Amino acid sequence: MARDLVLSFETSCDETSVAVIENGEKILSNIVATQIKSHQRFGGVVPEVASRHHIEQITGCIEDALSEANVSYDDLTSVAVTYGPGLVGALLIGVTAAKVVAWAHHLPLVPVNHLAGHIYGARLVEPIEFPAMALVVSGGHTELVYMPEEGKFEIIGETRDDAAGEAYDKIGRVLGINYPAGKTVDEMAHRGKDTFHFPRAMDHDDNFDFSFSGLKSAFINTVHHADQVHETLNKNDLAASFQQAVIDVLADKTVRALHDYPVKQLILGGGVAANKGLRARLTDELEKFKNTSLELVPLSLCGDNAAMIGAAGEMLYRHGVRGDATLNANPGLEFEWIKVKHEITSV
Amino acid sequence: MKILAIDTSNRPLSVAVMDDSHLLAQTTLTTHRKHAEFLMPVIEDLVKKSDLTLEDLQRVVVACGPGSYTGIRMAVTAAKTIAQTLGIELVMVSSLLTLALNIQQPDVLINPIFDGRNQNMFTGLYRNKNGRPETVIDDQHINLTDWLNLIKKYDQKILILGDTDSFKDDMKAALGDQLIVADQLAGIPNAALLGEYGMALKAVTNVDAVVPRYLRLTKAEADWKKLHPNEDTHDYVEKI
Ligand SMILES: [Zn+2]
Repeated sequence: MARDLVLSFETSCDETSVAVIENGEKILSNIVATQIKSHQRFGGVVPEVASRHHIEQITGCIEDALSEANVSYDDLTSVAVTYGPGLVGALLIGVTAAKVVAWAHHLPLVPVNHLAGHIYGARLVEPIEFPAMALVVSGGHTELVYMPEEGKFEIIGETRDDAAGEAYDKIGRVLGINYPAGKTVDEMAHRGKDTFHFPRAMDHDDNFDFSFSGLKSAFINTVHHADQVHETLNKNDLAASFQQAVIDVLADKTVRALHDYPVKQLILGGGVAANKGLRARLTDELEKFKNTSLELVPLSLCGDNAAMIGAAGEMLYRHGVRGDATLNANPGLEFEWIKVKHEITSV
Repeated sequence: MKILAIDTSNRPLSVAVMDDSHLLAQTTLTTHRKHAEFLMPVIEDLVKKSDLTLEDLQRVVVACGPGSYTGIRMAVTAAKTIAQTLGIELVMVSSLLTLALNIQQPDVLINPIFDGRNQNMFTGLYRNKNGRPETVIDDQHINLTDWLNLIKKYDQKILILGDTDSFKDDMKAALGDQLIVADQLAGIPNAALLGEYGMALKAVTNVDAVVPRYLRLTKAEADWKKLHPNEDTHDYVEKI
C-alpha cells in the first residue's frame, strides 16, 4: 500500500503546530511551538499576541515537520488545516500557510474542525470503531459528540456557559495559580478531600448539557467569605472539592449518554482530558460497560497539536472533504446538533 | 525576473505579476475586506493569466506594514510561506512607502497616512530622489499633534495621501497652504509599482524570521512592559 502522507496545520489558539501523518494513524513528526510562557505574562491568551507569535513560527515549523519526518513536498498526499473553532486571527495564519502550500505543490486541501482533531487524537493510538462517543474537554470546549459512523459528528451536549478548562483557569487564579491552571489544580486535588461539597449544576437535568459557571461562583464566594472572616481554607481541599464537582458532572452525563447511545468506544480528548482524576473516574465507570472500550487520548496529544488534525484530515480526505483557495477561518465552527433521545427513553 | 507583488495592508487588496518592470497582470480591489477569501484566488488567477506556472516565480515582494494587523499578517504569511515553500526570494517593503510610490513629483514631501484611530496615525515622510522615494522621517505610530511638531520645520509642500479624512482639517489648520491633499486614487496601493520598486532591493536572508512591521506593541504587551521595564525581551515561544 502506498504511503498516504498528510501535512497538517494547527494554529487555533496558542500553539503553532505542523505535523506529518502517515495513513492517518502514524506520527512521522509533530512539531509544536507553544506560546504558554508569553501568555502567562497576561494571565491568559491574548488573541493579538497569539497571532503575532504564530506568524513568527509558521514556516520554521513546516521545515522542521518535513525534515523530522524525512519527507519532501513531493511525497505528500494532502494538506489538512484547522479552520475553526478558535481565535480568528490565529486560525488565519494556519489557513493561509496551508492554502499556499497546497497551491504551490498542487495538493488537495482538507479543512478540519478542531474538535474532530481532538477526537481523532485517539486514532493515533488505535483505530476508532463506530458507533463511538467522545467527551471533548478543553479550555474552550466541553462537548459530548456522538459519531454513528465514520465522518459523522453530532453534538448531543455542550456547556451552556464556561468550558471546564476555563473554570479551572478562573478558580486557579483565585488560588494564586498562573494560567493554565489545570495541571496544578489536578495535583492539589490529589492531596486534598472534597470537604466543601460545591453544587453539581444540571447533573440531574434531562439533557446532556453542562454548566460550570455556578460552580466557579460558589468556589469564589467561599474563598472570599473566608477572607472576610480571616479564616484560612485548605487549598488542597478547595481544589479537591472543585475537581470532584467537575468530574462528577462530566462522568454522570457521559454515563447517561452511554446508556442512551450504546457505542463501541468512548473517547476522552482535549486539554482537560489530561486530568488524572477525570481519567481515573471514567476508567472506573467504564467497567460497567462491557461492550464499550475507553480510549484515552495520550497525554502528549491532549493539548493542541497538528498530529490530531492530520489524523482527522486523512479521514475527511477519504470522504471527499475539500477546501479551495477561498477557505476562510470560521471561529464559531460547530458540529451539527442532534435532538437527543434522552427525554423519550427516560420517561 | 518574475515577480509576485502583494499588498493587503488595509482595505484595498492589490496583487501584481511582473516580468522585471513589465506588468503581466494585476488586480486591485477596494470593494471588500475579505482578504482571507480573496488573496489566494487572486494570486492563482494572476499567475495563470500571466501564462506562467508558479514554478516560474523568482521573487515575492510584500508590503509588510504598517497597516491593519490582520491585513499585514495575511500578506506577510502568504508571502513568507510562498518564498519558503517554493524556495524563492522574499523582499519586504514598507506599506507607507508603497503608497508614496504613487507620487512621482520631485518637489514635495510625501506624507502617506494610515488611520490608527483616536487621532493616532501610522505615518512617515518621504521625498523622491532619482525617481525613487527616500525616507525623510521613519515610519511610526504617532498622534497627530506630535507628528505636526515633527514636520513643521520643513518648508516644502507636504502632500498627504491615504487615510486623510480624519486628519486633513487639523493639518490644514496647522500647515495652511503648505499642505496638499492628494486625491483618493493616490491613496490606493499599486502592486505593480511595489513589484518594480522591490525588484532592486536585497532579498531577506532569513525567511523564517520575517514578521510584519506592526510599529506598535499590542496593548497587553505595552502594559506589561510598563510594569516590567527591566525584563529581557527573551524568547517566549518554545518548541516542545
Ligand atoms: Zn483544543
